[in-house]
Amino acid sequence: MNGAPTLALIALILGLALWIVLARETFAAVAGFIAYGLLLTLAWVGLSAVDVAMTEAAIGAGLTGALLIGAASRLRGGGYAEVRTRRGLAVRVLAIVASVGVTAVLVVCLGMLPEPSPTLAPLVADNLAATGVGNPITAVLLAFRAMDTLLEAIVLLFALIAVWSLTPDAAWGQRPDISHDVHPQGVLAYVARVLPPIGIVIAVYILWVGADAPGGKFQGATILASMWLLVMMAGLARAPPVGSTGLRAWLVAGPLVFVAIGLYGAWAAGAFLAYPDGVAKPLIVVIEIALMPSLAVTLALLLAGAPRNAEAAP
Amino acid sequence: MNALLERVLDAWTVVAVSAGGLFFLAGTVGLLRFPDSLTRLHALTKADNLGLGLVVLGLLAQADSVLMGVKLILIWGLLMWASAAVSQLIARTVHEAKGP
Amino acid sequence: MNEMWLGYCAAGLIGIGLYGLIVNPQPLHKILAFNIIGTGVFLVCAVVARRGAVPGMGGDPVPQALLITAIVVAFAASALAVALLVRLFEVEGSTSLDEEGASAKADRDERRA
Repeated sequence: MNGAPTLALIALILGLALWIVLARETFAAVAGFIAYGLLLTLAWVGLSAVDVAMTEAAIGAGLTGALLIGAASRLRGGGYAEVRTRRGLAVRVLAIVASVGVTAVLVVCLGMLPEPSPTLAPLVADNLAATGVGNPITAVLLAFRAMDTLLEAIVLLFALIAVWSLTPDAAWGQRPDISHDVHPQGVLAYVARVLPPIGIVIAVYILWVGADAPGGKFQGATILASMWLLVMMAGLARAPPVGSTGLRAWLVAGPLVFVAIGLYGAWAAGAFLAYPDGVAKPLIVVIEIALMPSLAVTLALLLAGAPRNAEAAP
Repeated sequence: MNALLERVLDAWTVVAVSAGGLFFLAGTVGLLRFPDSLTRLHALTKADNLGLGLVVLGLLAQADSVLMGVKLILIWGLLMWASAAVSQLIARTVHEAKGP
Repeated sequence: MNEMWLGYCAAGLIGIGLYGLIVNPQPLHKILAFNIIGTGVFLVCAVVARRGAVPGMGGDPVPQALLITAIVVAFAASALAVALLVRLFEVEGSTSLDEEGASAKADRDERRA
């Protein structure tokens, strides 16, 4: 992307960020944030990072936007009236000075980036054939830096446990409730009946095609998570109880398979998460297939939040 | 012959995508200028759907394979369907908020 | 050349997010501003990745893969922050993080008692 389109995009991104920060109404700021996420997707594509663009569109704009809209609606109608209006002039001036200072320092640092830039791309290109996948990012995520992906899956589980730990004592083990006041024959229920099959097919396609083209399990898992969330929000299915063993089995299955393969690699190839020759592609496929459902369930439950009400009957 | 075909296709893409962009602009002007939620919704759905259709038609000329063209049309269909559903939901919410 | 422009844009985003984080009194707006700072940081990383392009690969895939991880973890962090905020609202009745909010609630409770 050269010249004028990049400049226009940058102007839009900066303008929208400024608007989000200065907006007084919460819902307006959140709506601006979703649009901002989609503009960022264009920025990623302009930087030749298509996988990152898909992840940003799905998780950064989509799921985070849904999360924040849910938060804005839950917090509406109380509390904000008691928060004093905006800070005094002194704090604002200090904040402006601080932000301009940080921006200036970063611009100077960016100007000092080494030229030619150190890069690992040739190393990845040389060893790509050994992994059996064609997409270098999938190879990095699941072969060269598989440890990072494993730790990320575990971090997501920790975040979910932290969210669940905020449950009131009376509601422990109950179901989170994100359903809206919907008509069972209404449009939302109709969408929640028709879209999930299409969404599941698209998610599996993105997972499968991620081996050789942009895609992969994160984007696929996000689509699965949003389909399940749609069904829960339309009231067609209830969220599973937090204390349910089956749910917890689903959640840990992915990371456990990942760890098991890592241990197998330690036994067969000498290092944790090393792949023996020739078995790399099948192992990668197994990890992806195991990790995607766990990831989808984790992402959906992170958005659903902690159970809030004790139920009268289980 | 091939170069001429390519140029015709490129010209079609430019014309169609620009026209689509104009319709999106018109929809946004409607969003900003109309007085009421329902009228704004009307402007958005009509103009944006037309703009989307024109953009997709323009991009179809650039598709490398039949599969890519099919994917573009599938995206078009999904977006129209989703936009129809969401407009219904917004309109119902606005209508119910106004009260009986 | 263009990637440097996007790099400066990222620096601007971090500054804007920092301003929003300090100035906005409402925690949900602080979470939004924090997300803007996060995306600015990701943009800087993507610029560095783009500069590592070789013929055959549009960008250094290692930072790009780490960016995917980062976006997912940023969502998890936002989800946790929102859960904390919702819980604070349920317990306190107010989302204020200030002393003023807390003392206003104490005044309300006193008047009610």
